[in-house]
Amino acid sequence: MIYEVFRQERKGQPFQHAGSVEAPNEDFADWYAREQYGRRGESVALWVVPREAVHEIGEFIDELERNYHRVDGYPLKEKLKEARERAGTAGDR
Amino acid sequence: MNAQALLEIADDELILGWRNSEWTGIAPFLEEDVAFSSIAQNEIGHARALYEIAARDLGTTADELAFDRRPEEYRSSTFVELRLVPDWAKTIARHWLYEQADEQRIKALMESDDPEVAGLAAKIDREETYHRMHAQMWFDRLQDEPRFLAALDELRPLVDRRREHIPDFAEFWEEMTVVRRSVAGATW
Repeated sequence: MIYEVFRQERKGQPFQHAGSVEAPNEDFADWYAREQYGRRGESVALWVVPREAVHEIGEFIDELERNYHRVDGYPLKEKLKEARERAGTAGDR
Repeated sequence: MNAQALLEIADDELILGWRNSEWTGIAPFLEEDVAFSSIAQNEIGHARALYEIAARDLGTTADELAFDRRPEEYRSSTFVELRLVPDWAKTIARHWLYEQADEQRIKALMESDDPEVAGLAAKIDREETYHRMHAQMWFDRLQDEPRFLAALDELRPLVDRRREHIPDFAEFWEEMTVVRRSVAGATW
């Protein structure tokens, strides 16, 4: 069985994928994860998850290219400039 | 705390750490290779800390106690001296039996009147907790395997046998200390 291991570097931070361990059951997986990703003080907590429990989604449909859904599809720089000019505050910053 | 009693534990930990480290690179699977090597290294670390306390009482150093005594001066049990590679079932049987026996010994040290000894024993015990978890996981996994049960029966009577060393202890000692003695007068 493959278990995916996520580790948290400091309290309050998000867990990030650290790697995986192969183990015959959960007890072994926990032990091996602790050994490989927590022994050197590099983690304050680990999540150990059977690989099957992870749902992977790798397909994202955007047939109509609605680029305003995307961060890079909606540039604010020009719009801000125009708005500032209209308001007469251009050059204030 | 009697320095000789500490040496008995330290010698066991050093030699078991050595024997377990013989699995490094050849354990049944990689995760276990890392885990078992790490346990071996912890045992040698415990030996070092115990030798340091004994060395202060005896007016010597941890390295001298670990490597400069004559073979007949070691107080280790035959049990830890056995070379068990490549028998994994026996290795796990020894690991489990050792952790059980060692737990009693370390808990007794934690009650020592010497605060330094008691403090070290508490630290060692915190690491040993994980060794015991590891040994127990393997015990649970192998407990129905005839070869594992046979190994337990064979090794159990040897746990605290200190009357004699293994027959090839001199060769073992030679190998363990050869590097230290390889350069005359070296202060590593």
